[in-house]
Amino acid sequence: MTELRDAIASRQASATDGVRTYLDRIEAQNDTINAYHEVYADRSLERAKRVDDGQLTGPLAGVPIAIKDVLCTDWGKTTCGSRMLGEYRSPFTATAVARLESAGAIILGKTNMDEFAMGSSCEHGAWGAVRNPWSHDHVPGGSSGGSAAAMSADLCAAAIGSDTGGSIRQPAAFCGVVGLKPSYGRISRWGLVAYASSLDQIGPFTRDVADAALLLQVMAGRDERDSTCASADVPDYVAALDEPVNDLRIGVAKQYLSDSNDPAVAKAVDGAIEAYRAAGASIVEVDLPHTEYGVPTYYLVATAEASSNLARYDGVHYGHRAADPDDLIDLYSKSRAEGFGDEVKRRIMLGTYALSTGYYDAYYLKALKVRRLIRRDFDEAFKQCDVILCPTTPTPAFRIGEKSDDPLTMYMADVYTVNANLAGIPGVSLPGGFTDTGLPVGVQLLGPVFEEAKLLRIARVFERATGYHQQKPNRD
Amino acid sequence: MSEPLTHDQVQHVAKLSRLRLSADEIAQYADQLSAVLGYMDKLNELDVTGVEPMAHPLDVTNVLREDEPVDGLPVDAVLDNAPARDDPFFRVPKVIGDGSGA
Repeated sequence: MTELRDAIASRQASATDGVRTYLDRIEAQNDTINAYHEVYADRSLERAKRVDDGQLTGPLAGVPIAIKDVLCTDWGKTTCGSRMLGEYRSPFTATAVARLESAGAIILGKTNMDEFAMGSSCEHGAWGAVRNPWSHDHVPGGSSGGSAAAMSADLCAAAIGSDTGGSIRQPAAFCGVVGLKPSYGRISRWGLVAYASSLDQIGPFTRDVADAALLLQVMAGRDERDSTCASADVPDYVAALDEPVNDLRIGVAKQYLSDSNDPAVAKAVDGAIEAYRAAGASIVEVDLPHTEYGVPTYYLVATAEASSNLARYDGVHYGHRAADPDDLIDLYSKSRAEGFGDEVKRRIMLGTYALSTGYYDAYYLKALKVRRLIRRDFDEAFKQCDVILCPTTPTPAFRIGEKSDDPLTMYMADVYTVNANLAGIPGVSLPGGFTDTGLPVGVQLLGPVFEEAKLLRIARVFERATGYHQQKPNRD
Repeated sequence: MSEPLTHDQVQHVAKLSRLRLSADEIAQYADQLSAVLGYMDKLNELDVTGVEPMAHPLDVTNVLREDEPVDGLPVDAVLDNAPARDDPFFRVPKVIGDGSGA
């Protein structure tokens, strides 16, 4: 990404040619991969011309970026992968997207996703399944699977997603790219359609760690329109990459090294441990005793918040409206039944139940208390280490259709990602190797809250030692 | 252990959720939600006496901005997305019915 930017800045390449190259690739491959729901060819070429004319400048001038269809823009549609918002045109633009554009980026289009960001496979979107560029029979992961697939297949120079329980890191692992979930509150959520407001966070998909640092730099920082966006200073993440890494302590927790992990996943983590040891790091055993309670806690907290957030889709203000309702209540109930898909309904029902009279204490309040215990586990662990090294997922990408009939099995696969969201800490998935059949495998680094600079610096040590990030799927 | 959800309970939750479900969907969600809730019972292994609930990762409260008026979204731009409009209002069916819709 930065090579393209530098070539454009030094006039060795034109932004217009760059955009055309990506548009041609999208034209050739999107029918198969289904990464994009909507492509903004004319708008992208207009902005590219402004870059080439010297009117549009900035640290991302001319860089073509894909954004997940959960980010509002005041052009095009914002559908969240749902029939409910199939024709929705936002009157405003998300802060993160506005900041990318102010930095000169070119938004190529919006990418497919699991409906309302609920899912781990991108089989649940209203606009069809997304395919993994490494193997078209396999899922790209989710919910930001379209962004991960677009990045992996070179259909953009970088992509943006959102991560509520792993929705950036898991598809990054499945598609062999870098995926960063920043600390909760690091990037404004204004204009990010809400799933679970205390967990949602925007972040980038990139080829390498340096690109992730630059995109974080551009998007991070206080926003008057999001009171949960942290006012903490934004350090120079790009410059911080080159600071020395001394006395590095890599934490490893036995709770993340289950025997049930796929052998390729276990091998990738072992390889990462060896790479860090070879780089002079000490490996520290840490204890995260509440890890296994993360999935039930997450699916109570997230669905409770979702049931409240998605109450706004009422068939009145925007979105799908059912025909011929008997009365107002019937209008709500029919519009929502017709507009939402199966998984979204299931999560609204689960969350509504967990918040309902008689069950609130047993489910929702209990989950909030366990959430505190999970956060304390991390606080204690980070007294002994700089970052925690673990798998991103227990398995590599699974086959399309393999798990879609069984919600609980699908939920359990989020075991290594949800805890970072519950605790609010940053995490990054890095390309960590391949299976025997050539599917990518991710390794994950988790860091203390607002320590993205350190996290990314340590991530780059691994990247430079291994070079897995340079491998791309065959284009045939 | 939690009891499996009955179809009546699922129907009640659907009503609270403002979702009109078919009988097949009720049966399917009864099975699936019972399985998921059974798994949630795992949390009962933990003693959380005295643990402060954590609703949010950030310890921030009352984030305020200067009290200066700013323009909201233009009414026309907002109504452009409305399924039915009667400017400057959203149009809805009669509000007073028998209330048994869901």
